[in-house]
Amino acid sequence: MSGLPAVQELAARHRLRWWEALPWIAGIAAFFLFPNYLSFGTLVLVTILFALSLDLVLGYAGIVTLGHAAFFGAGAYTVGILAAHWNWTEPLSGLVAAALVAGAVGLVSGWVVLRTQGLTLLMLTLCTMALLEQAANMFSGFTGGFDGMPGLSFQPILGLFEFDVLYFRSQYLYALAVLFACFVVVRMLVYSPFGRSLTGIRENLLRMHAVGAPVRARQVFAYAISAAIAGVAGAVFVHATGYVNLAVLGLDRAAGVLIILILGGYGRLYGAFVGAVVYMVLEHTLSKAYPTAWQLGLGLGLMLVALYARNGILGLIDALRRRWSTP
Amino acid sequence: MDLISTLLGGLASGMVLFIVSVGLSVTMGLMGFVNLAHGAFAMLGGYVVVYSMRHWGLPFAAALALGFVAVALLAVVLERTLYARLYRASELDQVLFTIGLVFVMIALVTLGVGPESQRVVLPHWLDGQTDLGFIKYRTYSLALILAGSLLMLALWLGFERTRIGAKIRAAVDNRRMAESVGVDVGRLFTLTFALGSGLAAVGGGLGAEILGLDPQYPLRYLAYFLIVVAVGGMGRVTGVFFAALLIGVLDFVLKIEFPKGGTMFIYALTLVFLLARPQGIFGRKGA
Repeated sequence: MSGLPAVQELAARHRLRWWEALPWIAGIAAFFLFPNYLSFGTLVLVTILFALSLDLVLGYAGIVTLGHAAFFGAGAYTVGILAAHWNWTEPLSGLVAAALVAGAVGLVSGWVVLRTQGLTLLMLTLCTMALLEQAANMFSGFTGGFDGMPGLSFQPILGLFEFDVLYFRSQYLYALAVLFACFVVVRMLVYSPFGRSLTGIRENLLRMHAVGAPVRARQVFAYAISAAIAGVAGAVFVHATGYVNLAVLGLDRAAGVLIILILGGYGRLYGAFVGAVVYMVLEHTLSKAYPTAWQLGLGLGLMLVALYARNGILGLIDALRRRWSTP
Repeated sequence: MDLISTLLGGLASGMVLFIVSVGLSVTMGLMGFVNLAHGAFAMLGGYVVVYSMRHWGLPFAAALALGFVAVALLAVVLERTLYARLYRASELDQVLFTIGLVFVMIALVTLGVGPESQRVVLPHWLDGQTDLGFIKYRTYSLALILAGSLLMLALWLGFERTRIGAKIRAAVDNRRMAESVGVDVGRLFTLTFALGSGLAAVGGGLGAEILGLDPQYPLRYLAYFLIVVAVGGMGRVTGVFFAALLIGVLDFVLKIEFPKGGTMFIYALTLVFLLARPQGIFGRKGA
């Protein structure tokens, strides 16, 4: 039995492959090659982390959500409020606090929202996010309302590395390190029995119920973990940029990260990396010069992806490789 | 008196929500298609109305009719060429496709007309106040309430008393069964999609005075249209009517009471409501 190629492939699927080192090599190389673009690079890393958290719920657990920015925002506001009102400016404990708060929001909202499915689920994720956004708008004494909280500053990371407002050097490395740590966790989760059962739920809900898997508990747990990671991304965003405002909770951000993940390819971990880099570089170069043309192109691109390239850029590469190797 | 005028204002915006959302409810109920671009049809309708009044001097009513026809035609073309390919696709693909369509329409409107917001110039007979005996109120808001109620009546009659209405009800309740007794659900869908988009266009034109009209319109009101449909129940005209009025009135009151973040309560109520009744006000379980 164990000699079958399919079995061997399954048994080896969690092993590291050589190309998995590439993103990290590229991330470190970018630090030396583009010293003037590190603030942009930091935002790309934050977005990768955010998209990675979405991949866990969308790509692996198969939960379609329009409200993932709720958790990014929960993490961002946690760090911002702690810093502005309690002078809690130590970054690493801020990350932990952001993860806990966002994870708790994910746990509660997931426990409530994941009872439903289809359009209702989509609506409820959107509602949760809009609810948080309006709450942040309403309690402006606490959150700064529409203007948010600008000009936050944080203690040096580990007491050693000052946040570098001019060149973003330490921010970039900090974001890269946090991304790496979270990626290791997500990769382990995805290839664990827990991750397998998530995929099972995505592929065949009925069967997973029938074999006695605790479907809803697993979904809620995945949702909460993903929320915590999104919260960490939001926290890193605030640490790096020093401000929070309502935009961290908006539909734009939620739709943006969805687009990024689909563009890269969902359910394959590295789609978040490819999608975020491609999308953000394009946006950075085009959207300032030609904002309307950018939006038109983005819209047409999305329609084409939905119609023809459902597995994103990585899916296209896979398809090309397969065509090459089978003459 | 204050209570009544608040109520009237809320009802007027609720009617606009109803006129725009009713088509979305029926098409979602028929095909289960997640059409996030519905608001974009409303926006296009609003622009047709404004443009044809300003440049061709059409009267308001004729401009609304033109908006209905133009958008309904566009909807048929889009439905046959693009939407139809995605009926069997996953929800995620439908979400992506329709968000893409929204972006394209926003960009095209921005390119063609410009990013600034547009104003509808109301005809004299709608601009001003009407004395109802117990209260004087804006004629336009009263006209909106009347128009919305008449439309509700017409749709109700159409649904309950005509053959096509019966077919639509059958297909919403059980599509397979309807198909097996010979209802062509595909054609029915094209028809309702066109009608629904046309109505959205009328709503966009009628509501421009209340909701405003600019290229960001489809995204700004996306959550509202979806909430109305989800609370009203998919494929349920009466449900959507009551949901739209409820949300219109609530929104109107909350924006006066809590100018900042008052809509929070709408989202909270929607969450609670949908958890208790995921199928909407009048929706049936499992339908």
